[in-house]
Order: sequence, then C-alpha cells, then structure tokens
Amino acid sequence: MSQIEKLIMQPDPAALESAVSVRHISKNYGPVEALRDLSLEFPRGQLTSLLGPSGCGKTTLLKIIAGLLEPTSGEIEVNGRKVTGPGPDRAFVFQDFALMPWANVIRNVGFGLEMRGVPTSEREAIAERYIRQVGLAGFEKSYPHELSGGMRQRVGLARALAVDAEVLLMDEPFSAVDEQTRRKFQEDLLGLVQNENKTFIFVTHSIEEAVYVSDQIAILLPRPSRVHEIIRPSSFRNKGVDNIRRDPEYLDIVDQIWASLRSYVE
Amino acid sequence: MPRRALLLKLLSAAILFGAWEVAGRIPVSYAFPTFIDSMRALLEMFADGTMIAAYAETLKPLAVGIAISAVLGIAIGLWVGLSSVFDWLFSPIFVVMQAAPLAALIPLLVLAYGIGLTSKVLVVCIMAMPVIVLNTSGAVRNTPESLKEMGRSFLASELSIILRIIIPAASPVIFAGLRLGISAGFIGAILAELKITPTGVGDIITFSRSIADYPSMYAAIFSIILLAVLFLNLLEKVETVLFEGNQRGYVSD
Repeated sequence: MSQIEKLIMQPDPAALESAVSVRHISKNYGPVEALRDLSLEFPRGQLTSLLGPSGCGKTTLLKIIAGLLEPTSGEIEVNGRKVTGPGPDRAFVFQDFALMPWANVIRNVGFGLEMRGVPTSEREAIAERYIRQVGLAGFEKSYPHELSGGMRQRVGLARALAVDAEVLLMDEPFSAVDEQTRRKFQEDLLGLVQNENKTFIFVTHSIEEAVYVSDQIAILLPRPSRVHEIIRPSSFRNKGVDNIRRDPEYLDIVDQIWASLRSYVE
Repeated sequence: MPRRALLLKLLSAAILFGAWEVAGRIPVSYAFPTFIDSMRALLEMFADGTMIAAYAETLKPLAVGIAISAVLGIAIGLWVGLSSVFDWLFSPIFVVMQAAPLAALIPLLVLAYGIGLTSKVLVVCIMAMPVIVLNTSGAVRNTPESLKEMGRSFLASELSIILRIIIPAASPVIFAGLRLGISAGFIGAILAELKITPTGVGDIITFSRSIADYPSMYAAIFSIILLAVLFLNLLEKVETVLFEGNQRGYVSD
C-alpha cells in the first residue's frame, strides 16, 4: 500500500475506545471447531466489517455477540458488561429480513419497542419517525409481501434503529437485494454511521462492499476461524461517496484482500 | 376481482345443480331425485319445522365436538410441536386415530359410553381432532428459525415468542387443519346419527330412505353440506381478519 496511508493516519486502533470486545472466543459444534480463540476489538462509533470466505464463522461470531448463540469458551463485553444473552444494547438486522408477514410495516418496526413494553401511541410515533428516516413514508400500513426486497430490508433496518441500541449487528444485510439497491444502501449506511452515534458490526462476503463501508475490516480465515488481518482504510473516507470507488487506496485494499482470500476459495 | 370470483362461484354452483337436475330427470336411478324436487322437499321441511327440530338435535354433538376438537386440538398441537417429549408421547395416538376405520369402532364406543350424547361427541372428536393436532404441531415445528431468533434478539419472552411469533407464523397451516378437521367433524356428526341412534338430520336421512322419500333424503344431505360450506367460509373470514398479511394475495376472496 501507499505512503498516503501513513500521512493521513487515523488514531491507533489501540487508542480507540472499544464498544464491543471479543475475548478468546471458541465455538464448537460437536467435533467441528467453528471458531478458535478469536479476539477482536470493535471501536465505538465506527463500522467494523467481518469479511471472509463462506464457512469462516463470521455469522456465528455475530450471533455470539448478539447473544443468540453461546460460545464454548471465552467472553464478549459490550460497554464493559459481559454478554449473557440478547440485550437492549444490541439490535440485529437479518440477512433474510425476518419480518413478520402477518404484521404491517408499522407493527414490524415497532416490534422491539413492543417487547420492551413501550405504550402503543408512543411506539407508533417512534416507528413512524424511523420509517420516514429509511425512506418508507406512506408504506406504514403495507404488508411485507407488498414490498420489494430492498424495501423489506429498510423495514428490518428501521426496526433495529427504533430500539435505539448502541450496537447494530448486521448479518449480510444487503446480500438478498439487487445490485443497484445495494449501492444505494451502502451510501445510506455511510451516512448512518456518520450521523448516528452507534457502533456497527457488519458481516459481508463482498470485498468491495467491506472496503467501501468500513472503518475497520477484520479478515477471517476458515477452519477453524481466526482473525487473519485487520485493515483500517484511511485516506478515502472523507472524499465523498462518489469518489471512493476510484480512490487508489480503495483499489489497493480490494486487491490486497483478494490476494489473501484467493487460496481459501475453492 | 372479488366480483369475478363471486361470479365464478355462482357459475360452478349453477353447473353442479344443472347436472344434478339433468341426472334426476333422466333418471340415472329410481332413487335419485331431481334438484328441484329436493329443494322443494327442503323448503317444506323447513316450513313445517321438521328441519329446525332436526338441526337442534344434530348441532348438539356437532358444536360440542368441534369446539372440543378445535380448542384441545390446537392446545395439544402446540404442546406436541414445542416439546419433543410430548411429540413422542402423543403423535402416535393421533396418527392411529386418523387412520382408524371409525365406523367399525363405533360399537366399541357405544359399549363404553352408551348411545347418548357422549358417544356422538366422541365420534365427532375422533374425526376432527387428529388432523388439527397434526397440522398444528407440524406448523409449530416448522416456524422459520430466523423469526424466532428475531424475537429473541429483540428481547421477547418465551411466552411472547409463542404468542406473537410461533402461533401467527403457524396460523395458515393451523387454519388449514381446522378446515379439514371441521369438515371431518360434520361427517362424524352424521355418521354418529346413522350408526348409533337415528336422531336429527341422520334420522331424516334414515327415515326418508326407508319410506322411499328420496327428495327429502337428498334434501337433508344437501342441507348438511351447505351448512359445512357456510361454516368453512366463515372460518376463512375469521382467518383473514386475524392474520391479514398472511394471505399473501393468493387466497381467492
């Protein structure tokens, strides 16, 4: 990589405060070792991608952070508190959207608030605000089957934003939507990271997507999974969404990641 | 679109009844009345109160049996679907119940429970319950994993996950089971009146046949089918009201 990176240095990762700490996590499914002694820090207010070939355990790691899966050993800390299960400090965006088909948009978006016991009128007001924020105003009463794939994921995103968790966990959120919608999502995500003071953990298998949206990319290699490398792009983040894809550093990092992943893809 | 669906339904009814009328006029059998004769007999029986008295009798085991089957069937189905232990314990019973030749078992029921209401309710339940239980448990077991994970990650309690996610997600298949179970229950109610003691609508069928009053016999059969169809339509409306988004646009009307 170029010297530019050294000139516009971001603060040392070790100096950044971590919102989420993953310490020595192992996960076995019977005799199969999915994750082995994996440690990783997620800086507050930034977006960290978990990138790797399929079967590298990135979704497993995300679900362990979410508290949906129990690690075999090791521990997770969110804001210094040990994770024992799902909590109000984390919200999840699902790959297959996981919308309730029998509920309309406003009820889907308000689901997390409903489970927290927020009264109906307040819940609907909050849900409406986030529906507008993700650009679905006017679709409050629509049902999921009446929406396109991209719109469904906007509902999933609004549901996760509505509970106002500090950490947003996104499991390949854009993999089930078409290419053009995905690009729009990626641009919107950059805006979201900038405007909301939240920590994003983003699982993807797309190298370009990871480099485009991330402040920090953790490359995971499979069998058993471990962190191979952490990359922090530095020079193109402030040049505007239109210039990222032709920035030399962006292209270099994409190539560099492909070089390290190539041998693991059959 | 609903207008067109209604027209098609009327058309298919007209074709069916037309074919019935033609078959009655040929006649295909001495014992097969025309549609018009049957309808006349039906109106007469309603006018003189025979039919109303008959239904007062038939609806007792039918309503009780269907209510028990629906409530207990869905409850047991949920239980069996949520717990593998109860799956082991209960599923075989209902599979056997569904496959059993009920008509042959009725004498046993009569021996045990007499010829009263209990036996008839039991016949309705044996007909209706297995498919309700098996459909419910199957649907509960097949709730999409990601919906349950969604519930957990947004802090839903175990009970909320069952009430707010598992039951609504299973509702299309539960309702399909209810439809099948209830139509089987109607068959059971008539079967009980034919095989145990002739009362109500079963009595009209048996008696009319014995005196060769075939229009009345077919009128009684027609009326019970009509009642079943109306009831199933009502059930479909209930489902639409309760779980609107679930119908995904392919349910007819």
